Amino acid sequence: MANNMNETTAGVVTGPSGPKPRPILSPRNIMIYGTILVVCFYYALPLYVMIVTSLKGMPEIRLGNIFSPPVEITFQPWVKAWAEACTGLDCTGLSKGFWNSVKILIPSATLSILIASINGYALANWKFKGSEVFFTILIFGAFVPYQVVIYPIVIILRELGLFGKLPGLVLVHVIFGMPILTLLFRNYFTSLPEELFKAARVDGAGFWGIYFRIMVPMSLPIFVVALILQVTGIWNDFLFGVIYTKPENYPMTVQLNNIVNSVQGVKEYNVNMAATMLTGIVPLIIYFASGKLFVRGIAAGAVKG
Amino acid sequence: MDHLKKILIATTAAGAMSISSVTLATELEVTHWWTSGGEAAAVAEFAKALNEKTDHTWVDGAIAGSGGTARPIIISRILGGDPMGATQLNHGRQAEELVEAGLMLDLTDIAEEENWRDLVHPVSLLDSCTVDGRVYCVPVNIHSWQWLWLSNKAFADAGVDVPSDWFEFVEAGPALGEAGKIPLAMGQQGWQVSGAFGVINIAVGGPELWQKINVDKDAEAAASPEMLKVFDAFAQARLLSQGSNVQDWNQATNMVITDQAGGQIMGDWAQGEFQVAGEVAGEDYTCLPGLGVNEVISTGGDAFYFPKNDDPEITAAQKELASLLLSKEVQVAFNLKKGSLPVRGDVDLEAANDCMRKGLQILADGNILVSGDQVLTPDTTSQVEDLLAEFWSDNSMTPEMAQERYANIIANAD
Amino acid sequence: MAGATKPVRILRNLNAKIAALPMITTALVIFVGCTIWTIVHSFTNSRLLPKLEFVGFAQYERLWSTRRWLISIENLAYFGIGSLVFSLVIGFLLAALLDQKIRFENTVRTIILYPFALSFIVTGLVWQWILNPEFGIQHIVRSLGFENFVFDPLYNPDIVIFGVLIAGLWQGTGFIMVILLSGLRGIDGEIWKASRIDGIPKWKTYLFVVIPMMRPTFVTALVIITAGIIKVYDLVVAQTNGGPGIASEVPAKYVYDSMFRSQNLGQGFAASTMMLLSVLIVLIPWAYLEFGGRKNGK
Repeated sequence: MANNMNETTAGVVTGPSGPKPRPILSPRNIMIYGTILVVCFYYALPLYVMIVTSLKGMPEIRLGNIFSPPVEITFQPWVKAWAEACTGLDCTGLSKGFWNSVKILIPSATLSILIASINGYALANWKFKGSEVFFTILIFGAFVPYQVVIYPIVIILRELGLFGKLPGLVLVHVIFGMPILTLLFRNYFTSLPEELFKAARVDGAGFWGIYFRIMVPMSLPIFVVALILQVTGIWNDFLFGVIYTKPENYPMTVQLNNIVNSVQGVKEYNVNMAATMLTGIVPLIIYFASGKLFVRGIAAGAVKG
Repeated sequence: MDHLKKILIATTAAGAMSISSVTLATELEVTHWWTSGGEAAAVAEFAKALNEKTDHTWVDGAIAGSGGTARPIIISRILGGDPMGATQLNHGRQAEELVEAGLMLDLTDIAEEENWRDLVHPVSLLDSCTVDGRVYCVPVNIHSWQWLWLSNKAFADAGVDVPSDWFEFVEAGPALGEAGKIPLAMGQQGWQVSGAFGVINIAVGGPELWQKINVDKDAEAAASPEMLKVFDAFAQARLLSQGSNVQDWNQATNMVITDQAGGQIMGDWAQGEFQVAGEVAGEDYTCLPGLGVNEVISTGGDAFYFPKNDDPEITAAQKELASLLLSKEVQVAFNLKKGSLPVRGDVDLEAANDCMRKGLQILADGNILVSGDQVLTPDTTSQVEDLLAEFWSDNSMTPEMAQERYANIIANAD
Repeated sequence: MAGATKPVRILRNLNAKIAALPMITTALVIFVGCTIWTIVHSFTNSRLLPKLEFVGFAQYERLWSTRRWLISIENLAYFGIGSLVFSLVIGFLLAALLDQKIRFENTVRTIILYPFALSFIVTGLVWQWILNPEFGIQHIVRSLGFENFVFDPLYNPDIVIFGVLIAGLWQGTGFIMVILLSGLRGIDGEIWKASRIDGIPKWKTYLFVVIPMMRPTFVTALVIITAGIIKVYDLVVAQTNGGPGIASEVPAKYVYDSMFRSQNLGQGFAASTMMLLSVLIVLIPWAYLEFGGRKNGK
């Protein structure tokens, strides 16, 4: 697969050197759109396979090939994945994990964005002695492999009495979301015209006044971007969910992995794929709905760093 | 699974309604990694007993995967100060340090009151629960690894007799292959490969050699020519299992049940799967304890530990569960479903099938060994698992190479 | 005015400091404190519980003589180099392709980037299914008549890490493409005009003019990919769980397994310290170039 990709995309390099006048069916266009078609096919294929597999019955899967559309569409795998799939005695499917993820997501995303935006605001507009040092440490933190700090955090959560509970996991998400979000907000606030800030100061507005009355209303796009980043990031987390929660609080990704690995008799690939789809749906909806904002967000957060 | 769910709901409701006695009802979360069909049916017996016979409620904390996946989660929760009511672990050295750190509930008073020392047979199981004379866990069953499960139909299809020992099985391999069967089914997880290795070690090398290496940590024995024979046999097994690409042990068992594979080396818990599939021992499948060579079984097993809890009500409930797990009725109900042997010498397993009776007979004859979990630390166990898993998946690794590294691990074991 | 600003400045510092307290705590307690704690404990013989019984470099000696760790490092190297090269090359080619003023740009970008929104667990499971020899690609090609076609990377210890790489690239290249595309768009349009007037072929302009100009963007992409590579864990857990055998183990998994499965904390800490060290090896030169260079420039 990777080899194919390489060959087909290699053609692009020679593409632009074609003739300058551009009729619609020029060799150049055929090359470009042909390549794009192949690339899109490669990227779209797994999603297609997931959907198709999840709509087939097991006998059809055993006989057919994974790319063929279902002969008889059945939604039973989806029902089973959502409400009936078992992990041991617990046969409630992924639904519990879904609600756990929602319960983790809402406070984690809200808190981490609130804290990071205030951090970014303080760093951009209210620099104090040492603020850059802490910021540098924080950015360094974005690169520390989680494995280095997971165990000490177990101890910290134990001492706080939060281990295994939802607030504990929320705290972990807030901590690990902080570096990148702070960077995002700091960069954005720095780019706002300074006159605005100065004018507000002259009017006598203070730290919080300026933040709530000027900065927040002016920065709605970046808040949306941060929200998109956090929602997908937290929803997709697996490692923290495994380490810092217990089975009744497992987020959806962990439960997905459990259900897929909990085999009774034969592997039910259709149920597994339905469960995988269900877990992927939330970030996908956000992604497709937010469109350009998503792209702008991750690009802004990354490139400006 | 649906009927299990119904039983559970029904019994939970029944338990909830009978709040008439004096003791307070608490919810006990119990973690375990019994998630296959047979295992889940067995653990449901525990849940039923707790829900019906006491006022407490069983909150099931099943963790899928294998012990290797589940133990980290269990242990990090105990260390994280969020202990469950009770948890399955293999007794022996896995919980050693947790006990030493004072994180486990001391069960000595009930153990003495109910005279566990006389009840539990073999008593080595209780010894594995004992640290400095205090009892910290309840052994619930005896599991032995030393079984070869054979599909009678697979051999009939291949036109050969069902083998009566390992060597005949190896000879029948080519015939099975020609009939389109995989001779030996094996799941690809390290613990399965490592378990099968232990079995072959006892069968081919003999129990004394096994003991020298695993109990006395004798590196010379591990490097001896006798042990090389074991590695050779293991390489043979590797050859026989080519094409067995499943991961989980019960998927491998399923290959035997559906006659796609000739046999599987797996502990007696595989029996639960045969039972769920409605197969009859002796007719549909055959079991060879000790691979039919050395009829010895190791008496490992599962045990329940009760992490210490500040809440006295939970502590009381934990003790009630502890004594319940060892009660006659529960022992019989649980072990019949699980395919394991009861830890009490005084229960009568009328319903036991052919294979279980063989196991009981060997147990009664005293042909027993301790299990690997009881003598090796998790650290050593994982090193061995990693080595054997690598050997199993990499055909270019020779028995000699594997043996050298194996001897090295044993030399450094503590 | 001078008299008025002074009290405001004190107030400002106070408020900002209070507001930055979560950041300061996180930076000091988590990223400095916990890191030091782990490094210190990597020199002890802690097993199930952290203990301060120092054993020098014993954990590191054992680490580097453990076959599984060496395999993990080797896999990380393959996976890392593969990710870097393919992400950058494919990412750049795709970005250049999308920069040709094509129609449906948004649709195409949406399709290429959507895997990035998914969890590694989801990605791992989907690719496990597609690469399953009994049902997936191998099965399809065989049923087309190529009976001896073999493509089972997840069951072949020699190439399993490339099976993981395929899935990782599928998920990650879209993101790299977006970064590089925004870098391309930042290039002054005059450059293109000038090169067209001089009659320089487009591919030459890309190779010798545009790419060197995009150096900062490439560096950013490089750092993002590298940071992601070292953290790779979920993908392996979902797709292969380290198998077959231990052929697709990675350092992050070694750390987790040592800490909780083998109950050998010291070993896990030593391994995680090595991971940190490798991040620093990448990070420090980058920080030096980025920030040190900028200071000199100004």
